[in-house]
Amino acid sequence: MKQHLTVVVVEQNQERVFQIVDALEESGDVDVFVVSDVSGVARQIATHSPDVVLIDIDNPSRDMLEELTVVSGPLERPVAMFVSGAAGGLAKAAVEAGMSAYVVDGLQADRIKPVMDIAITRFQMLRQMRVELEETRRALEERKLIDRAKGLIMRAKGIQEDEAYALLRKTAMNQNRRVADVAEALVTASALLS
Amino acid sequence: MKTVALPVAYMPLVDAAPLIVAREMGFDHAEGISLDLQPAPSWSSLRDMLAFGHVDAAHLLSPVPVAMALGLGGIATPLSVVSVLSLNGNVIGVGTQLARQLGDHGYGFDFMNAATAGSALAKVAGDVLTFGVPFPFSMHVELLRYWVAGTELASKQVEIRTVPPPLMAQALAGGDIDAFCVGEPWGSFAVDDNVGALLLPGQAIWTCAPEKVLAVRNDWAETEPHLLGSLMRAVWRAGRWLSNPESRTTASEMLSRKSYLNVAPELIDRALLGEFTISARGEQRHVNGFVEFFDGAATFPWRSQAKWVAHQLAKRNGLDPATAERQAAKVFRSDLYRRELQGLSVETPGASEKLEGAIPESTAVASAPGSLILPRNVFFDRRIFEPTG
Repeated sequence: MKQHLTVVVVEQNQERVFQIVDALEESGDVDVFVVSDVSGVARQIATHSPDVVLIDIDNPSRDMLEELTVVSGPLERPVAMFVSGAAGGLAKAAVEAGMSAYVVDGLQADRIKPVMDIAITRFQMLRQMRVELEETRRALEERKLIDRAKGLIMRAKGIQEDEAYALLRKTAMNQNRRVADVAEALVTASALLS
Repeated sequence: MKTVALPVAYMPLVDAAPLIVAREMGFDHAEGISLDLQPAPSWSSLRDMLAFGHVDAAHLLSPVPVAMALGLGGIATPLSVVSVLSLNGNVIGVGTQLARQLGDHGYGFDFMNAATAGSALAKVAGDVLTFGVPFPFSMHVELLRYWVAGTELASKQVEIRTVPPPLMAQALAGGDIDAFCVGEPWGSFAVDDNVGALLLPGQAIWTCAPEKVLAVRNDWAETEPHLLGSLMRAVWRAGRWLSNPESRTTASEMLSRKSYLNVAPELIDRALLGEFTISARGEQRHVNGFVEFFDGAATFPWRSQAKWVAHQLAKRNGLDPATAERQAAKVFRSDLYRRELQGLSVETPGASEKLEGAIPESTAVASAPGSLILPRNVFFDRRIFEPTG
């Protein structure tokens, strides 16, 4: 995780903005941008490409940030929330449920930075898990393709499984392609011809 | 009489009417419960309030619980849709510049034909057309995507951006979006604000789109079946009351109150009556059954509705449509609807699924106890959606 952080704060209240900005800048190497005109919030966030977005949970513009947290969106960002008063219990439950997107407690300047760190760490953990899951899924798909290609070769040439696999691998090597790609081409071709 | 307080979250919109009416007309007390209605500041907050147990039931966009079941959008608490709260009720509108260009090209704003509206808009729009919608998982997005894909708009780069409904007019005026799809009263609000004109009602794209649903957590439905039944009956009675034309004025007044929608009753009345002012010049258009709370088994949670939504979401998000449909079907609880509402002279259909888009005219179908008339159910392109088994 890089040490230098870019933070966007979505907040209209001037006094609150000062408090937040002060707290963030005291806490270290942080660039803070404030968005007070909510109508273009998604665009402004995209411009700054922040590491984290801070917003009050009661702000209706929160839905605009939801887009940024939707899985596989081009603008994946951790979103941290200020939660005050009555909704406090809600935030606690959300954090326990493993969401990266909530900051427990109301606006206490000294608490912003550590809580944000947690939000970012958790977010990156989740993103890594998603990437791994994606990889596993792809590997599984390729495994299936290769198995089908092997089967096709075994039947067409009357050879054993290990021979079929060796043939696939050799072809891939000769053509400078991945085994999975050769397998896919074979399966597609066979489907066309059958 | 002693009643049990039941916290329920809602978005202050016209289609929250069944919950507000259940409370205001005392249908909740008649069932021994007392609805504690809590407005939410955003759809994400509303979803979280339900998912994390802050409330026991919620007024949700119908695709939200489906998306959650498919693992889209971050939170995965299993939810049950125990009834549909409303069919339709959205409008599509464009900014004043596009509206003027449409007029210059001789477009008549029939507020009815989605195919011709699509081609007319495609002729005047730039290469990129940006729509504002309330939430990434919403019938608004699904209707727009379906419409765009089936018209000449498919040749444009269509961007869909989330804008909270109360800010829609402002976003249109500021040029952040070119057009929008939103629930009432916010479309009419943009017209009154002189920043846009209405192009189509949602049902011009699909005549029977499940718009909002009543959702609860699965675990709550299992541990509190009696409260669930009371809630469902109170809300069903509210829908029946709303379907009576004589209730309309009272309903508009009720919804307009400061504690609920806090907008002029005239704006709400337009939606309930289906009488729209579509432009700042005051042009009027009428839509039959613009938003439906009751008739034609409107509140029945058809599993095929969940499957249609899941199918669209799966295609766009790279999931297997058949698997997604199977997962989604478990979310729309036609079983709980039958269990809790029988004995109320509720017309429940015999089947739990139907071909969506396959009813060109109102049709009588097998039902308990008597005969049920299913309303016209077609897509603008006349395609039929056959749910995967």
